[in-house]
Amino acid sequence: MSIPITLEFSGGAELLFDRQKRHDIDLPKQENPWRIQELLPWIRDNILKERPELFMQGNTVRPGILVLVNDTDWELMGELEYNLQPNDRIIFISTLHGG
Amino acid sequence: MPLACGLCDKQAILKRPKTGDALCKECFFLAFEEEVHQTITDASLFIKGETVAIGASGGKDSTVLAYVMKILNERYDYNLNLVLLSIDEGITGYRDDSLESVKRNEIQYGLPLKIVSYEELYGWTMDAIVKQIGLKNNCTFCGVFRRQALDRGALMLKVDKIVTGHNADDVAETVIMNVLRGDIGRLRRCTAITTGTDGALPRCKPFKYTYEKEIVMYAYFRKLDYFSTECIYSPNAYRGFARAYIKDLEKIRPSAIIDIIHSGESLSVKKEVKMPVQGVCVRCGYISSNTVCKACIMLEGLNKGLPRLGIGKTHKERLKMAEQIGEKEDSSINSQNLKSCVSDHFRPKSNSTSFEKNQLDSFWVQISQSGQSCCKSNTVGCSCQRSVVCKDVTAGIQSSVEQQKINSSVIDF
Ligand SMILES: [Zn+2]
Ligand SMILES: [Zn+2]
Ligand SMILES: [Zn+2]
Repeated sequence: MSIPITLEFSGGAELLFDRQKRHDIDLPKQENPWRIQELLPWIRDNILKERPELFMQGNTVRPGILVLVNDTDWELMGELEYNLQPNDRIIFISTLHGG
Repeated sequence: MPLACGLCDKQAILKRPKTGDALCKECFFLAFEEEVHQTITDASLFIKGETVAIGASGGKDSTVLAYVMKILNERYDYNLNLVLLSIDEGITGYRDDSLESVKRNEIQYGLPLKIVSYEELYGWTMDAIVKQIGLKNNCTFCGVFRRQALDRGALMLKVDKIVTGHNADDVAETVIMNVLRGDIGRLRRCTAITTGTDGALPRCKPFKYTYEKEIVMYAYFRKLDYFSTECIYSPNAYRGFARAYIKDLEKIRPSAIIDIIHSGESLSVKKEVKMPVQGVCVRCGYISSNTVCKACIMLEGLNKGLPRLGIGKTHKERLKMAEQIGEKEDSSINSQNLKSCVSDHFRPKSNSTSFEKNQLDSFWVQISQSGQSCCKSNTVGCSCQRSVVCKDVTAGIQSSVEQQKINSSVIDF
């Protein structure tokens, strides 16, 4: 069974995704649970349109991009280790664009 | 799995970078606002009854600043008259949207808004400048013009102070950049919470100790309406690297940002170290460490169809400008090295401030430009060629002191 989740990009991060802020996606079924650690490269390889280096650095998000899991700071949710649940809403907000 | 708030028993929504505390939404709002209030009162930023212009770009920092200033002004009776001030650089499609967001803020926050355009201030829109110079160097123009635009706009509004949304990350980044460039003068000034005292229009940063992460989270949870985009004219690569460096450090140790600001604040410069002298531009009266400020050099270049003037290395560009503008200014630019009746009559006393010295210096330039005449002091080999009248010299110095009152701070942001 695939996992339906919602992704949102804002604060300028949407510019890397054709300016589309909201993406409803289905993560394909896999043996191990989907963690944010696996979600990030999936996003990069499947929906990111340009300049991957502005989204990811190493195996995590580029510093300066804030991540929220269901409206909670991912730093309180285990960051890369967080196990995605069906209907989760993951938000990426860039702090690096014009203030 | 989410933690409980460290202050109450609701669910925490964020980890504060500065303290590591996990807080719920309501406790975070309060902590955020109270810290800004603390910064404002600790530094006595405002006096009751003042008119304060909020430099509003439509972006996250200034949007949150406008909102928090409005709240605190009411909560703590600052008794300030707040206005939004926006600059329209004249970049098609860039400011259009962000100005719309400022206009929405005007209505949402009930604050009067004044938009001043580059065209009004300089006679050139950014689009027209880019047409002249191409895409490569426009950020130099953008930066130099933008720095002055807010002050000039604020003068038009006759406000007492300007507040800007510069946050802790911005200040730390500027400290790093000034270290990398070896710019001791700016390094010393850049951590000041208020700049441009000394008769100029004061500019303050109530968010000096506020982390960017918290500003963005605050905007998100308060559902504040802001606009974000990349400047369509390419970003400053050097600043970009400094920014990435700060963010990398923050990731490893969140206190790094505040630590860098504190390092900047506690730097002391030995007395023997020669500091750049701040004077005023003889053309526009804006504070400048050179006779003619960078904006004026660039405008001169644009108006003469020599757009590259003012972009290259400082010495080269000034020499070039001197060539272009003519002999008079050429000699004025080197005035420090020339013997003159002005410096003879008005030789700075040993206890003169650098400001006074500069007044003399820039006044001397005005005389040589205007072709006034003298020379009573009979200075041998005087560069004015005996053409300056001392009475005018005195009057001139007074008038340039008057002029200083409308000048504003330059800080490199
Ligand atoms: Zn709480
Ligand atoms: Zn000038
Ligand atoms: Zn003379």
